Amino acid sequence: MDKLKQHFINREEEVISIKDLYKSFENLDVLKGINFSLYKGENVAILGKSGTGKSVLIKIIVGLLKPDKGHLQVLGKEVNTLSKRELDALRLRIGFSFQSSALYDGMNVYQNLAFPLRMNLKNLSKKDINLAVERVADAVSLKDKLSQMPSDLSGGQRKRIGIARTLILKPEIMLYDEPTAGLDPITSTEIIELINQVQHRFNTSSIIITHDLTCAKCTSDRIAMLLDGKFSKVGTFDEVFETNDNQIKEFFNYNFM
Amino acid sequence: MKTRKYIFSRRIDAYFQAVYEAYKFVLQFWKESFRRPFHIRELVNQCFEIGVRALPLITLTGFIVGIVFTKQSRPSLENFGAQSWLPSLMGIAIIKALGPLVTGLICAGKVGSGIGAELGSMKVTEQIEAMEVSAVNPFKFLVITRVWATTLTIPVLVFYCSFVGLLGSSLNVWAVDSSSTLTFYQNAFSTITFVDLIESIVKSIVYGFTIGIVGSFKGYNATQGTRGVGKAANQAVVSAMFLIFIEEIVIVQIFRWIRFF
Repeated sequence: MDKLKQHFINREEEVISIKDLYKSFENLDVLKGINFSLYKGENVAILGKSGTGKSVLIKIIVGLLKPDKGHLQVLGKEVNTLSKRELDALRLRIGFSFQSSALYDGMNVYQNLAFPLRMNLKNLSKKDINLAVERVADAVSLKDKLSQMPSDLSGGQRKRIGIARTLILKPEIMLYDEPTAGLDPITSTEIIELINQVQHRFNTSSIIITHDLTCAKCTSDRIAMLLDGKFSKVGTFDEVFETNDNQIKEFFNYNFM
Repeated sequence: MKTRKYIFSRRIDAYFQAVYEAYKFVLQFWKESFRRPFHIRELVNQCFEIGVRALPLITLTGFIVGIVFTKQSRPSLENFGAQSWLPSLMGIAIIKALGPLVTGLICAGKVGSGIGAELGSMKVTEQIEAMEVSAVNPFKFLVITRVWATTLTIPVLVFYCSFVGLLGSSLNVWAVDSSSTLTFYQNAFSTITFVDLIESIVKSIVYGFTIGIVGSFKGYNATQGTRGVGKAANQAVVSAMFLIFIEEIVIVQIFRWIRFF
């Protein structure tokens, strides 16, 4: 199941560039000077203990949270200085897969998938929307579930539909928040394969927030270890795994146990 | 580690903060209500949802209120030999006060809690954030449509409730006095003035807005997972009911001044 390393990573082109990023909540400092780059075509997994600010970081990237200070460029745009309209235009180029899948309970699968298109591309005909929905439903192998409600789907199917909903707008960057959390090993493997397929088929660059070392190893080109609000080690899985840093060793030991 | 300083105390600061947040929420509603895009289809859906959700309960309650209020009023009027005034009393009572108040309270419980729970659940399951990252303004799509839907639908429900209440009352009068239903309605409406109707409409619009905005505010700002959803639904009902009673007093007083001048 090891990752197919056939894709092209352009190390000249940064799609996300973060410099000295800080974020705190009331009296808790979460991010304490993050420096990081994501290159075009690359998948990076961010590992770290719970509460270290991994999800906070990707929410800052997509503009859901504002950083206290620091620079954040996404697809060449300085996120903190964008107007609401500019931020929305940027968000159309970013896909965000939520930990909880975040499917709209009141809509069936078809309506969930069509929603971003209906809201953002008003000139699309019903036929175009149907085609786009079928294309992404097919990409996640759930074309037969379009008429079902989210409550009728399994955890893995919900994750797949959540990913499909982000793919419908053809994003250049994918942000996955705990894509395999709460799933059994077989379903986790299916999601891992889907993440790799998305990278190859849709030519995306991705950040994958995870605790799952198998997911990190199989989906990512690099691993970034977030400890105490900073990236303590960034490198390939083997480089990070073989480090002498005690905290990282401890994290890997606990997760392999 | 930073330490948070409070102006008064943690609880007093939190209270003023909540008031300020509510003020900002209402301001945002008015700011964004008249800006594109307008989600008309969602507004119509919500009007339909609210109507359907509340209609059976309003029918039942309105009808029972009409019968019970007529039964309770009859002995007092009979003491003065004034039972012929019963239709007029019921007309004034139901159209001016009971119709709007009963509908407002039922909708606060049924619709307000529904909006609070629905938006609260969407908030804690990240559905609102999912809309935001899809470049959809969740405030416009979820809040504005719901608040306008309650503001537009509840006046219709108030008139329906008043109609059903008068129907209940007329049936009771007909059963006891064997008087004609037509006479009942003629007497009931003879004492209703144009200002009374306006008062009833104003009340229903204000209650509708209150139910929608309070439910949306509580749901949209829900925290603490599923516990927060229950809390949002509960607070939506309690706060809306409390505000409806305050608004009832204020509107009645304002219309007394209007009649006086």
